[in-house]
Parts: sequence; C-alpha cells; structure tokens
Amino acid sequence: MTDLSITNARLVLPSGEIATGSVRCAGDRIESVGDCEPTDDAIDAKGALLAPALVDLGVFAVDKPACHFGGIARVGVMPDGEMLDAPAPVRFAARSGKPDLWVHPIAAATSGLEGSRLTELALMREAGARAVATGRKWIADSGTMLRVMQACAMLDLTCIVATEDGGLAGDAVATSGAIATRFGLASAPAEAEALAIARDLMLAELSGARVHFRQVTTARGLDMVRRAKADGLTVTAGVSPAYFMLSDLAVADFRTFARLSPPLRSEDDRQAVRAAIGDGTVDVICSSHDPHGSEAKRLPFADAAPGMAGAETLLPLTLSLVRDGVIDLGRAFELVSTNPARLLGVAAGTLAEGQAADLVLVDPDRPWIVDSGKMRAAAGNTPFDRQGVEGRAEALFKGGKRIV
Amino acid sequence: MTASEEMRRSRYPAGSLAFPHGSLLGIAGLERHEILFLLDESERYVALNREAKKHSDALSGLTIINAFFENSTRTLLSFEIAGKRLGADVVNMHAAQSSVKKGETLIDTAVTLNAMRADAIVIRHGSSGAVQLIDEKVDCPVLNAGDGSHEHPTQALLDALTLRHAMGIASGEALDGVKIAICGDILHSRVARSNMMCLTALGARVRACAPPALMPANVEALGAEPFHDFDAALDGVDAVMMLRVQNERMEGQYLASTAEYRHLYGLTAKRLDACAPEAWIMHPGPMNRGVEIDSDVAEREKSLITKQVEMGVAIRMACLDVLTRKARGLEGWA
Repeated sequence: MTDLSITNARLVLPSGEIATGSVRCAGDRIESVGDCEPTDDAIDAKGALLAPALVDLGVFAVDKPACHFGGIARVGVMPDGEMLDAPAPVRFAARSGKPDLWVHPIAAATSGLEGSRLTELALMREAGARAVATGRKWIADSGTMLRVMQACAMLDLTCIVATEDGGLAGDAVATSGAIATRFGLASAPAEAEALAIARDLMLAELSGARVHFRQVTTARGLDMVRRAKADGLTVTAGVSPAYFMLSDLAVADFRTFARLSPPLRSEDDRQAVRAAIGDGTVDVICSSHDPHGSEAKRLPFADAAPGMAGAETLLPLTLSLVRDGVIDLGRAFELVSTNPARLLGVAAGTLAEGQAADLVLVDPDRPWIVDSGKMRAAAGNTPFDRQGVEGRAEALFKGGKRIV
Repeated sequence: MTASEEMRRSRYPAGSLAFPHGSLLGIAGLERHEILFLLDESERYVALNREAKKHSDALSGLTIINAFFENSTRTLLSFEIAGKRLGADVVNMHAAQSSVKKGETLIDTAVTLNAMRADAIVIRHGSSGAVQLIDEKVDCPVLNAGDGSHEHPTQALLDALTLRHAMGIASGEALDGVKIAICGDILHSRVARSNMMCLTALGARVRACAPPALMPANVEALGAEPFHDFDAALDGVDAVMMLRVQNERMEGQYLASTAEYRHLYGLTAKRLDACAPEAWIMHPGPMNRGVEIDSDVAEREKSLITKQVEMGVAIRMACLDVLTRKARGLEGWA
C-alpha cells in the first residue's frame, strides 16, 4: 500500500486561503501540503476542492453510511443515545467506528444525564472520552453544573452544554410565537436559551472551564456569547444548519420532521444566526444527526421524537452560506472541520503537516436533490426533503485511505 | 324548491365549489363564504330538530365512526344524535376500550378504521395535530371534534350560529362589527382558537382575555385583541364567551387558587351589570359554576348556553351532510 498523494487540487489551507497544489501523506498523516513531489500513483483532483474531512461535533447516533456520504471522517458522539456515563460504554464507543469513521465519545456529565450525580470523568477520559456534555437536558442545579465544569477544567476537556433553561422550556415543543399559538403547540419563550447561557457563562468564568454551547439559536443567546468572547472568556458556540436555514414556519401543519430540540426559532433569530456565523460568534456547525424512523416521527407533533438526520446535508447547507456571501470557503471548513477537531483535542481538521490524513474532495457546485426516501442515513427524517442543494463530497479519505 | 333554498343556491358557488374540502380539520383554511355556507346549511336542521319527528334519511346506509381518544360526553352525544337523525349507522369508539391503550399507534388505528369502510370518521384526540395525521391515512371525510389545544371547528361554527340566531341576524349574513370577548384559559383552549378564527372571518371583533400565564404569545396573529383586565375586555361587548378553566391549572402551577381566579376573571352578576349588561352569555360547557361563571349569570335570560347545545346538533348534522355529499353522489358534488 503506497502513501496517498493528491495533485492538482484547490487546497483549503489553514490560513483560509484557497490555492492550487498537492498534498502528500505518509501513512495516516499528512506529510506535506502545497508544492510537493507527487508519488507515481497520485490522484489527480482535476481542480476539485481538497479540504480537511468534516468532524461532526455532537451526533446522536453513529451512522457510518450517512457520514461517508456527507464527507465526515470523525464524529463526536453525544452521550444521550447509548448512555455514555461510565468507562466501559465509552471505551466501546471509541472503537465502534474504526477504521473508516473515528468516533470520539463525549462523556455524560452526570449519571444517566439526570443532572445530579457526577460521573467518573477522569476514568472516561482514559477510556477515550474527548469531551463532556450535559446531553440534551439542562442541569438545573447550578452547584452540580459548577462542579462538572471544575472537573472539565482540571481534566482539560471541553464541556458541551445544553442551552435551554429547563424550567422555562418545560414540556415545550415549539418556540412561543404566532405559529405555536396557531397550531396549539406547547411552547417556551426563546429567552429560555439566553437564560441558560447567562448562568453557564458565569460558571465558566468561575471554573475556568472551556465551555461549548452546543446549539445557540437565538439573537439574545448569540449576543451573550459574542460579549463573553469579547471579554476574553474561552467559550465557543455551535449551531446546526436547520437554524440558519429554517424558522418556526417549517413546523406549520405539524411537520414532525421539523420538530427539533431546541425548537426552530423566529425568522429574526434565523437571521441572527446567519449574522453570528458571519462575524465569528459561531465556531462550529454540526449536523446533530439524529435519525428517527416513522414509528418515532409519524405521530402527533408533541409525541414525535425531536431531531433530524443531518449528516448528509451538513456540507451542502454550510456551503450555501458561502454562495450567499455570509462566509468564504476557508471559513466554511473552519466551522465544520478545524474548530470541531480543536474542541475535541484531536490532530485533524486542518490541511497541515503532521495532521491526520482525513481529506475530502468536494465539488462545491454539484447540484443534487435531498430525498428523504433515498438517504444513506438510518432514517430519512430531514426537513429539507425535495430541496435542491449544491455541493457534494466526491471522495473521502480517512487516515490516508480512500473510503468513498 | 323552497324560497330559502333558492336563495342559498344563488348565494354560493354551485355544488361542491361551495365547500370544496374533503374533511373538516379546522376553521383555519376555510373561507368566509364557506363558513357561511355551513351555517346556512344548518338552518334546515335547526328547523328539523324542532319538529316532533326529527328524522331524515339523507345518510341512510352510511356508517359514521365517532373515535374519541379523549373523554367527552356532550360532544360525543351531539355527534351521535346528529348522525342518527340523518339516518346513518353510528358507532362510538372510546379510547378506554380500544387497543390504543395497548400501544397500537395512531396510524395503525387510523388504517384499521379505514379498512372498516366508514363513510365519515369523527375524531377527538388529546394531541394537537392528531386528527390531521389520521386524515392523511383514511379515505373518508374526517371531522375534527377537538385535537389538543389546536382546533374544535364544530364548536366555533355552532357558536357563530347561536349568535346569529340570538342577535336576529338573517341567514346568509355574517357577524360584521359584532364585539365578542372570549375569556378563560386561552393558552390551552382549542375552542378559543377555532372561535377567534371563525368569528374574525365572519367580521366580528374579538377580544381575548386571560391571565398572563394562560395567554398564548402573539394572540393577535389569530385576529384577537389581548386583554388581562376582564372589566376592560367586557366593556361594551355584544357577547361574552367564557371558557372552562381546568381545576388542575388552579392549584398553584398557573394560577394561585380558584378563589383568586374568580375574583379576577369570574363572570359575576355584578361585573356583568357594570360592564356589559346587555351582553349575550356563552359557555361551551361543562361549566365550573362559581368559578369562571356564576349560576345566576348562567341562567339569565341572556344566557345562550343551552341554545349552544341545541345549535351544536344542527351544525354537526350539516357538516356530516355536506362532507358526505360526494360519496352519496349528490348532483354537483360527486
């Protein structure tokens, strides 16, 4: 097996610049980037875009076919699905995708994610945990949350927190507003997000932990993160494409494929998310991949499971921001590859010497139509069904080996 | 053809164009003239129901299933009587007796009901949107008898019909300029939602009055003007519609106590006489006497509460009649 070498590619460089050149790998690492001597069996990219493969921070299911379709070589798996609150399941999860999809377990912050008893974070880190998360649920007890963050700070693990005040959110399935009112859906004010962020910013400062807000979806929440960053706090924010593509109008007529957690927000909030991606407030775009079949989705809206299958649409929907002039190409891959890898503390997500040879060849302009019936994902619950998108992974390399 | 039928024919588009919907899932999506059509079609059943022999054979041979996934006495009875007076075979399915409790999904239940070849299915369910979900899976007309906090269209129609009768507004006419206050648990009320849309479509001016905890966000989107002060909401209205407040919401979670609720939002004789002495009084029932409405108010001459029950049967007969016209092959509808 010879080492991977790709020539004549438009490289997405760590500086964010795009330059034509080649990449040569040695084993599972990148050896050189730029003008390097190609090997005899080098792959000719014919001018296609060569970028670091996507690192999806925070999926709810490990779904290899969907990830490979979407150009994703690594996933940070949330502790909610297979409960990752002890070393054994973490160790199992860490090995579950190798060799062609690396799974980075995100340890549960509390036992059973119930928000009260701390878990063995140090032992789970030994077992392969790359971050810690509160899960979908919010930890109501501020004392518990502080102790979780203190442990994260000591262990140098990113603490990924949910961003909805549980008391305010209650059993809400929608954001308060005209749509929730019209359709009679239990709803919570969008401010539930800013409220949760406000507390956790305070605790982040107290504990010195690196805090990542998994989904920041409202103008108020984003403002707080923006201000905290300006104040020098080491906090980061993520968001899924649904929140910059859709508003709560998408849940009209009880469309359960648009039942997400947190719920879809107002059009103003959607615009605020786009602006925050543009100005650098948002650091990560993730799929929140959560496939659910019809038994969980063909139900009355409030009874349906939240979540969407997003791994396949993460790349094209992020690239739509490039076409819309919100960000440039370099920044797009910073959001889906570089930053998530950095938060997980893995040497990947960047086209640079010594980094993992996880690469994706992308045709950013290739049009295709999302079809929930034909998706590679375990289930086709996408709110983007029948929508035309542009941009597709043409080839995916993991650790110097071609997978797709 | 009677004179009134002649008039009706000239007022609405011919045949099914007068009501081009396969099911009645809500007031949302209905045009003003379609609502008026249903009201006008009800008039003949109002008359029929006042006869000694209240029977028509219009739906003879048809099977109507009343599938009630949530407990109900009055609405179920009203639909049952409506179906039987039209000559249909009416079957009631109670959730308590059904396989729903054994974990069968709503879709499976819908498919099962469909396979029994019902000619119309009337559904009540505790979840918003459940009736629409069933409608997507069955071939026959579906009537929404209340889904979660979403809609209860026949209640809104019967309320409009009741008001029209009480106020002496002629058949064919709407409620333009009529001022109505709806007061109570607007947040959880499907009756309020359907009524706000129905009344505003008919030209009425609707005020929605509730304590802040029970007022949905952006109620203006449904055409209503929000109030927290009941006296202000009542001032000068032509009719007041009181909503039932569930007792479990008055035990500290949404409201402090029934006594406090009555103090702020109870329709007492004193309040009514001070703010709107001439107002018509409505309540969809069942009433919490002494909480949202006092007994002496409920029994006043201006109270339309029993009239609402009467109009309910006529409205449901009209809805069943209109929605089954296609299947019955009526001229212009098939």
